Amino acid sequence: MKSSDASRLTLILLFTPFALWIILLVILPQIGVGWLSLREKLGPREYAFGFGNYLDFFREPIYWNTLLRTAWISVLVTILALFIGFPVAWYIAKIARQRSRAALFLMCLIPLWVSDLVRAFGWILLLRETGIISGALQWAGLSSGPVELLYNDITVVIGMVYTVVLFMIVPLVSTLDGMDNALLEAGYNLGGSRLTVFRRIVIPYAMPGIVAGCIITFMLAAGSYLTPILLGGKNSMWFTEQIYEQFVTRYNWESGATFGVLLLVFTSGVVWLGLRLTGQNLASTVAKE
Amino acid sequence: MTARTTLIARLLAATACATALCIGAAQAETLRLLTWGGYAPDNVIALFEKEYPDIKVEVTLSNNEEMVAKLRATGGAGFDLAQPSHDRIFAAQSEFEIYKPLDLTQIETGKMQANLLEAVKANTTIDGAVYAVPHQWGTSGLVVDVTKAADVKDWSDLCKEEHKGKTSMRLRRTILLGMGFSLGYDPFALYNDTAAYSEMLDKVADKMIACKSVIKTYWNGGDDLSTLLLSGEVVASESWDSTAFKLYGENQNLVYVPPASGALTWIDTFVIPAKGRADDAAYKWINFVMRPEIVTIMSDSTGAIAAVEGGIELLPEAKKAAVKLAFDDAAIANMKFFANIPPGLEDIEGKVLERIKAASGN
Amino acid sequence: MHDLECVNLTRVFGRHRAVNDVSFTVPRGSFFSILGPSGCGKTTLMRMIAGFETPDSGDIRIKGKSVLDVPPNRRSVKMVFQHLALFPMMNVGENIAYGLKCRGESRSEIARKVEDVLARIGLPGVAEKQVAQLSGGQKQRIAIARCMVLEPDVLLLDEPLGALDLKLREQMKIELKLLQHQFNTTFLYITHDQSEALVMSDTVAVMNAGRFEQIGTPKELYNQPGSGFVAGFVGDTNRWAGRVTGVNGDEARIALDQGPEIIARQGATLAAGCRAEVFIRPETLSLAPIEGANQVSGTVDSLLFNGANSRILLRSGERLIEIAQGVMDATTPVARGDSVTASFRPTHALAFPAPEAG
Repeated sequence: MKSSDASRLTLILLFTPFALWIILLVILPQIGVGWLSLREKLGPREYAFGFGNYLDFFREPIYWNTLLRTAWISVLVTILALFIGFPVAWYIAKIARQRSRAALFLMCLIPLWVSDLVRAFGWILLLRETGIISGALQWAGLSSGPVELLYNDITVVIGMVYTVVLFMIVPLVSTLDGMDNALLEAGYNLGGSRLTVFRRIVIPYAMPGIVAGCIITFMLAAGSYLTPILLGGKNSMWFTEQIYEQFVTRYNWESGATFGVLLLVFTSGVVWLGLRLTGQNLASTVAKE
Repeated sequence: MTARTTLIARLLAATACATALCIGAAQAETLRLLTWGGYAPDNVIALFEKEYPDIKVEVTLSNNEEMVAKLRATGGAGFDLAQPSHDRIFAAQSEFEIYKPLDLTQIETGKMQANLLEAVKANTTIDGAVYAVPHQWGTSGLVVDVTKAADVKDWSDLCKEEHKGKTSMRLRRTILLGMGFSLGYDPFALYNDTAAYSEMLDKVADKMIACKSVIKTYWNGGDDLSTLLLSGEVVASESWDSTAFKLYGENQNLVYVPPASGALTWIDTFVIPAKGRADDAAYKWINFVMRPEIVTIMSDSTGAIAAVEGGIELLPEAKKAAVKLAFDDAAIANMKFFANIPPGLEDIEGKVLERIKAASGN
Repeated sequence: MHDLECVNLTRVFGRHRAVNDVSFTVPRGSFFSILGPSGCGKTTLMRMIAGFETPDSGDIRIKGKSVLDVPPNRRSVKMVFQHLALFPMMNVGENIAYGLKCRGESRSEIARKVEDVLARIGLPGVAEKQVAQLSGGQKQRIAIARCMVLEPDVLLLDEPLGALDLKLREQMKIELKLLQHQFNTTFLYITHDQSEALVMSDTVAVMNAGRFEQIGTPKELYNQPGSGFVAGFVGDTNRWAGRVTGVNGDEARIALDQGPEIIARQGATLAAGCRAEVFIRPETLSLAPIEGANQVSGTVDSLLFNGANSRILLRSGERLIEIAQGVMDATTPVARGDSVTASFRPTHALAFPAPEAG
């Protein structure tokens, strides 16, 4: 009796911080934002309840075009991050020796030690017209005049891939790490070519890591703010920038909240679609058998 | 069970005591400033804290939009003194009630430059109560590399084809107003006629969208702008005068040019947030930074001109030279003071800005 | 005709010769085991045959043709891995079909073969099951079926019983042997467990420090070990050190360090005066007197009951002598503390030169 009381108390104590965190920092703000998004502003200090903010979003092509653009670039970033991250993760998990593995992992983490802003400025220094790469190209005689590499969508994609690729690598390394090398050897031994082994054994095995990595990188990319704004230039539109504008510049919290809800719903929809198209489900990703 | 309850009660009591203590201490000692970068330099804070040892100054750096957003989020709590521009007070106060009326008897208003004080008072009086007094003023205009773009004299000159890929601006409301003046409108006169104002904005938007192919990029902040000009990537840009004066210090070819249609003039003010807890300290700070010797230190840090009689003379020597180079008497006479923004106007402007950003130029 | 032939195979890792000049042939359809302690190089040898390692010198021939230039996925050598390496992302049927698909066989052919092989291993109808749903023994059989469905010339098995519990291991030994008969394929089996090797194999190679010590039938290895290492490694045995005092034909007189002096059969040529080791199996020691046999006396230290493998431990000087006692019950003639004398025939005491002291 006593001991079960104690264990129940332990459970409550362990569970409380998690529950508080979820309720206070995740659920309540979401409810608040959702509620705010349904408040229509009629005039100063005059509000009504309704879906007007959502209608405004769909009536204005700039808004949903920006959202589509954000989603499409984020998908591109995710795919590129996967293509770049997989070989790196493979090297760390399967090829590198045990001792150098930690060092390599740490090297991947180094970019996280400086803020987003500093990293973006790093790219700016490299890529600007009077920057290092432009200078190097001219010095090497590959270009006759200064080259502007900044302020376009390709730069935004590169910058974002750089920022998010780590979040692709980490889950991939941990799944690949758990894969017995004998599976690969068995795959070859039974007659598979390199491609067959990769396609039929490595990819399916790494699928939970791939799915987890893709969801994280996609969400991070779609929710990023500084990189697209600083590297993007005059035509770059990003949905989080719209949200910021609504909240801060235009004092329009109602519309900002609406955009926030829409971003969440839309990105969740993209993730759901991605899972359906690849025949995966979230449960098998989170709780691997 | 009882034992546990007692323990929890005691813990709660202890926590409550600690919290109360913290609040008490904060009330007695801390002045929380919400202001612009450079408006609370360390050397001024040190002098202030030396004179008032029981007051500790905490600074949060921000800009007009974020100041309002922050104060709105808390209903005017969290800060004891804020410094939005004079045109950002009326609408924000009418709509969100985030400031409290000033007690002018606590402020040495006699030292302030009369016309600026009156302009601010006129702009920020609601129901007979005054909400702001001026601190520093400055203008928005153009910064130009005179060796390469001496022909840039007005806002619309930033769109000249011969400077293609070499000009920049900040995609905010200032440039909309500047372009409006440049196109022959008086935007401030149209403020209260939404239809006419929208019509003007449409013209401005057309101009700005056509202009997109010329400009290199929109800048976001002072550092951004400085790098673009110092690297030579940009030869003419919209600029704050303070930033331009700093650039002049580094490269004498970079000169501030008040646009022909008039430099847009802003006045940064002092307001006290509705739930500020250190009003006395706030008034002490206001009076302190208006002292002539402090004004010079402050202007050195901000690059802006203090709203005291003879403010220009109190500038540090280098800046004084730059200001005198930029402004002749005609330019000073031609300055356009930002007028109060009526509620709702910024929403219209925001949509126009979005339209410009979304339009594809090359 | 030999299915597998290795000629002077050598593999060196840094300064360590993992496999050192190993040659052997495996006749078609036989069960060939390589028995050795861990680290003796047997896994490296197997990986070279499978193609995962390249020998530094020597040749590997399958059905008479060298396969050194053939990549692992083209060799007609299939392997059952230590932990089986069944693909967790495929069900049982897909696991078995994998190799056939790689080979590009038709769908209907694959289905037929999978069904067929499942029937042959006695697990019909499990094709749709997930690997995780199978028992340890069933997984074992699926791993073999996955290889056998490809009809390889040689099947390599890398200690596949190591992960099983004892009871199942005993059962699987018999089953493996039956499967080998049924498929009539050459099995090359690697193990460190001598009982696995003795029970299943037609031929056993005992490997030590990168070399083959002896190749022979289990009976030969047990009864006529070719070296002290084989005598000590294969089967239980008592090992006593001594000095050769005289040699007579194939017999030698040896003064044991713990006494007494005995007559032993020479396993390898001995010279008078050199150090020797004598190996006597527990079942050749008898408490009943034997005419003309060697004798050792001592006190009964303990009786170790283990069914038919029970032992009497005799303390004689500082050594403990193991004596087999097939029946241990009330009829057992000795009890703890008794002074007894054990006898053994000179022909059962096998003497080898003592290994040089390292």
